Amino acid sequence: MAENRALALLRRVWPVVSLALILLVIAIAIRLTDDIVLEDVYIEALAKLVVVVGLYIFVGNTGVISFGHPAFMAMGAYATAWLTIPPNIKRISLPNIWPALAEAHVAVIPANLLAGLPAAAFAFLVGLGISRLAGIAAGISTFGLLMIVRVVYSNWEDWTLGFSTIMGQPQYLTIWNSFGWGIFAMVVAFAYQESRLGLAARASREDEVAARATGVNIARQRLIAFVLSAYLVGVGGAIYVHFIGTVSIETFYVDMVVITLVMLIVGGINSLAGAVLGTIAITALIEMLRNLEGGFEIGATVIAAPRGTQEIGLAIVMLLILIYRPKGITGGREITWPFAPRRR
Amino acid sequence: MTVIVQHVSDAISLGALYALLALGIGLIYGIMRLVNFAHGDFIMIGGYTIFLTAEQNVVVTIAATILMMVALALVSERIVFRPLRRASPATLLVGSVALSYFLSNLILVVFLGRPKTMSFGRDLVEHFEFLGVRIPQINFVVIVVTLVLMAGLALFLRKTTIGTNMRAAAEDFVMAQLLGVRANVVIAMAFAVGGFLAAIVTLLYFSQTGSVSPRSGLPLVIIAFVATVVGGLGSLVGAALGGFVVGVISVVLQIILPVDLRPFRDAFVFALVILMLVFRPGGLLIVQAMRERV
Repeated sequence: MAENRALALLRRVWPVVSLALILLVIAIAIRLTDDIVLEDVYIEALAKLVVVVGLYIFVGNTGVISFGHPAFMAMGAYATAWLTIPPNIKRISLPNIWPALAEAHVAVIPANLLAGLPAAAFAFLVGLGISRLAGIAAGISTFGLLMIVRVVYSNWEDWTLGFSTIMGQPQYLTIWNSFGWGIFAMVVAFAYQESRLGLAARASREDEVAARATGVNIARQRLIAFVLSAYLVGVGGAIYVHFIGTVSIETFYVDMVVITLVMLIVGGINSLAGAVLGTIAITALIEMLRNLEGGFEIGATVIAAPRGTQEIGLAIVMLLILIYRPKGITGGREITWPFAPRRR
Repeated sequence: MTVIVQHVSDAISLGALYALLALGIGLIYGIMRLVNFAHGDFIMIGGYTIFLTAEQNVVVTIAATILMMVALALVSERIVFRPLRRASPATLLVGSVALSYFLSNLILVVFLGRPKTMSFGRDLVEHFEFLGVRIPQINFVVIVVTLVLMAGLALFLRKTTIGTNMRAAAEDFVMAQLLGVRANVVIAMAFAVGGFLAAIVTLLYFSQTGSVSPRSGLPLVIIAFVATVVGGLGSLVGAALGGFVVGVISVVLQIILPVDLRPFRDAFVFALVILMLVFRPGGLLIVQAMRERV
């Protein structure tokens, strides 16, 4: 009996366990090759994974597009900078922030978890309005959010150094703790999508009228998804700067919008597996293109693709997927337990 | 008094330019529900066309820019937007973002990132006397060209068969098809006219700024988005009005905002847009055909 229950539980959480196993296998494979460059690629991919999974929580579950999530990344990124940079460095680089923050020196993991909160709070405030929108109006107003955060942060010199970069974040990420952050993000997203709230949000995505008729408050569900999503994206932005080691507002602009959306869309917007596999697939593609830009040898001649090949390649892949496989490589499905007979 | 007249002429001329910009996007949105994020990159590529033909006669430059941009609009319709025609508006928007990213990076590869300067239309920046006030000639050119184009567009949409077809398609695409309107022709025409309007904006815009870079398109498309949303998606009059309002407001904010707050101007503009979308999602002019039917 107990065995059965364990098996049933495993089957239930298999969509997230399977993804964790895939990430684990990749991590082990990279450790075995002992290639430092690949390790960095993995860590960056996992930081992006937290962001893409966070983006998925809103876009995937509610079906409402957002171009504004890099704004939440930026908020998380600056928040972790204020919390984790050692006070003696902050006294020099950021002399005018609140004294309490200037003296703060929070450990990295709690700091990263806290860093999502400003993003979540901001998302709640603006979400009160934005959650009433869908389609193009949502796309444009989330883009507006991105612009607002960009304008404010790039002019808030005392706290952000404007367009300059803030340095001194501890680069604490390893292949294993970044794997841990990936698990954290996937568990949050999976728990949400399996919950009553997640189901209600998905119902509103599939059919607004039917969802409303069965008692789903669509605006409220979108707001909940938006806040949770902003929190996770904020945490992801924080982790991302611990990978780079510096914060600059330029990091969180159109390029970031495009790359996170490409990852989600190529994987498949409507499933967690899509978010995760899309991140892996696009990371692999970018690495290939980056190697092409670096040049390779055929016989005695070195052939190098021009700078920008990466971005052009990404744009083409995104268009091809939109045209030929609009539901992404996963087709919007999760990875299901492979050994049991299908339930009728 | 002199200062006020100058500000007013600046505001009207910027408003007119933005109105043309928004019309290009609004025209295509009305027919196929595509908010074309790549519109700004069309204009950027037009800027490079001016740069490349700078040695030539002005007429050659103008003709080359118009040809280039109409061709570009038609090609992107055929390759990118026709296969996506049945997709949702949000997917179309994402597709146009991808196209925009493609075009700006393609130009980056070819011309590299440094801005290119050009002297096209430099003479127009000079001032001339009007009722005792000195006003840049370009302001007059922009206003006159805009008025002529709008009148032309209105005549085209009302008096020609293809124009009538386009209005019918914007009203109810499926019904128009059933009545014999050819979808491909109408949409291609909308892109061609959109490209033409973009070309005119290009010529007017770059003769004022005098330089172009791969990122030149972005601020323009953002303004056009804001304008179409403010005016009301789907209404051409709304788009033109929205563009005009946005142009005038940004000149006014630039003048009246205290110096400390000026850098935050765009944040105020976008906050207004979001508020507008929340409280009046249809824009200033609400179009019946845009109501979602259940």
